[in-house]
Amino acid sequence: MAHTKDTKPQPAGDLDLSAYREKASEHPPLSDLSQLTPADQKVLLMSGVDPSGKERGGSFFQQDHSVVHCRTTFDGAEIMSSSAAREKYNGLTEYWWKAMAADKDVFTQRAAHHQEHGYYMRSLPGAQVHYPLQACLYLTEDKLAQDVHNIVIAEEGSTLNIITGCATAPGVRSGLHVGVSEFFVKKGATIAFTMIHNWAEEMAVRPRSAVIVEEGGTFISNYICLVPARDLQMYPVATLKGKGAVATFNSVLLAKPGSLMDVGSRIILQAEGCRGEVISRTVSTGGTIIARGHLVGEHRGVKAHLECKGLLLSDQGRIHAIPELEGKTSDLEMSHEAAVGKIAQEEVEYLMARGLSEQEATALIIKGFLTLEIVGLPEGLKKELEHMIDETDTKAL
Amino acid sequence: MKDEYLLEVKDLHVSIGAKEVLQGLNLQIKKGEVHAIFGPNGSGKTTLLNAIMGFAGYTVKGRIIFEGKDITHIPINERAQMGIGISFQRPPAIRGVRLRKLIEASAKRNGKTLDAYAQGLNLTDFLEREVNVGFSGGEIKRAELLQLLLQDPDLVFLDEPESGVDLENIALIGEYINHLLGRQRIRNQEKTMKELYRERKKAGLIITHTGHILEYVNVDVGYILMQGRIACQANPRDILHTIRECGFEECFRCFREGGTGGTHKRH
Repeated sequence: MAHTKDTKPQPAGDLDLSAYREKASEHPPLSDLSQLTPADQKVLLMSGVDPSGKERGGSFFQQDHSVVHCRTTFDGAEIMSSSAAREKYNGLTEYWWKAMAADKDVFTQRAAHHQEHGYYMRSLPGAQVHYPLQACLYLTEDKLAQDVHNIVIAEEGSTLNIITGCATAPGVRSGLHVGVSEFFVKKGATIAFTMIHNWAEEMAVRPRSAVIVEEGGTFISNYICLVPARDLQMYPVATLKGKGAVATFNSVLLAKPGSLMDVGSRIILQAEGCRGEVISRTVSTGGTIIARGHLVGEHRGVKAHLECKGLLLSDQGRIHAIPELEGKTSDLEMSHEAAVGKIAQEEVEYLMARGLSEQEATALIIKGFLTLEIVGLPEGLKKELEHMIDETDTKAL
Repeated sequence: MKDEYLLEVKDLHVSIGAKEVLQGLNLQIKKGEVHAIFGPNGSGKTTLLNAIMGFAGYTVKGRIIFEGKDITHIPINERAQMGIGISFQRPPAIRGVRLRKLIEASAKRNGKTLDAYAQGLNLTDFLEREVNVGFSGGEIKRAELLQLLLQDPDLVFLDEPESGVDLENIALIGEYINHLLGRQRIRNQEKTMKELYRERKKAGLIITHTGHILEYVNVDVGYILMQGRIACQANPRDILHTIRECGFEECFRCFREGGTGGTHKRH
């Protein structure tokens, strides 16, 4: 993408890609996710993926390099592995590496050469997928590399809700996850995409996402990472190509000592009436967070806002907020708000005066800080996300 | 009969930085009593409540005794758990935390009571809103009362409970302050007034600037706080009358003259 030449983020950390195994053993298919062990099911639940499939329009489950479960319960949507979709739909040539270039960086190149599945989800024209579709990318072997390529398409006038949980099985400590995702929001369509990462401590994670939004389309991304990996770097890009297209990125990050998270979101506003919003809430208890955001206004009258707020709870931690605004025409409105600070003593004392201990008060304030009021999510999913933040282990704080 | 005091403050000196705001203050409140403190701006009224609650930013000397236990140096939450509650004059907003969640995290009483009180205070919709975020002055005061009603303290501090509240809502706030103090209007007449008075256990300390709240809440003792000390103890209505007629000037004059010729009894 031509727009990224000055601000292209460097891959975080010095990853030795040869340290990860390419080959994984094959896993047998599962007719039902509730056949997974209780320990695995618990991990899935904490990653937003419900093994019962209850209140979900369909499920996709990839274990290491094997697609072990794939089912949709709704006629208006398709779910399958992206490899199956390429076979079925003539290579998916309209979409495959069309939102982003295969040679964008070393990780997209990896995915282009070593790809093992990933998911394909598509809502049919006009379909309103009431319950979210869920996908889980699960790593069960230590030191394994998982390179997936996902394609998500919302056809004209359709609405698609997706929850993707990426997680490691109990006992797995390290690995590499490279996830290429290309999203296509057609005219008047909506995709609400929620991604929850629940990785082992030593994981290296490189999601690579690009989104094309056509006229009147809406893309909402919620990214949640409360169980931090050692080394995470991502910078999804939404390009708003059609009139009145809208994109929102919400990110919630918690970095514990030893973790490095370099996370940003970029919105390129190319047409009349486009709007964009990038919001991040970050908490460091000793880890490093780089919270980026980049708004590029290329058409008159577009509006966009960027907000990075960080709570730094330890002298060992670091939060570096890098909000960028780039206007390429007159008559546009772009703004940003960035703040890095500590918890207000006044708030802690207020809660203590109600009888909460200092620790309870602090935990409640942090959880509140991480709770984003996300517009456009189904009520059930909102509650699930709140619950997930509630369950976050704040003892270490 | 010191044991009867629910709260006893002895020779309290409180400084903010180099400035001594309270200069040897003494105060006793018995169970069942409600006291009110008047005083000009900056006389140390809020500082007194904050110091008794144990908030940071104050250097405290002297002794604060609650239910016979010295609490001068214990953490805020322990004071709250012992039975002291406060309605803040200007509480902070807590982003992302719903009012219901805060109350459930702190309340002694059960959720059924919460919904009933919330309804009474016209706060049902506010339970799902973030604590104090975008609340009006009156909404803040009602939300403070709701939290306290569920916390159910034995000693209640009310810091300007009527400030920023419109007249219509002052009556409502007054009604629920009486609930909080166990002084709600008596509907059944099975007990005599005398018996009911004797049963009163809850105590309160109200800071009021305007005195409007005293039209709804009966207060037993009034004080004037001046230059870091209690300058005067009297019938609260008399104090209010004097302040309304003459302003605090009269109190200053009385205080300077050592109480002779003043309106009220010197403490």
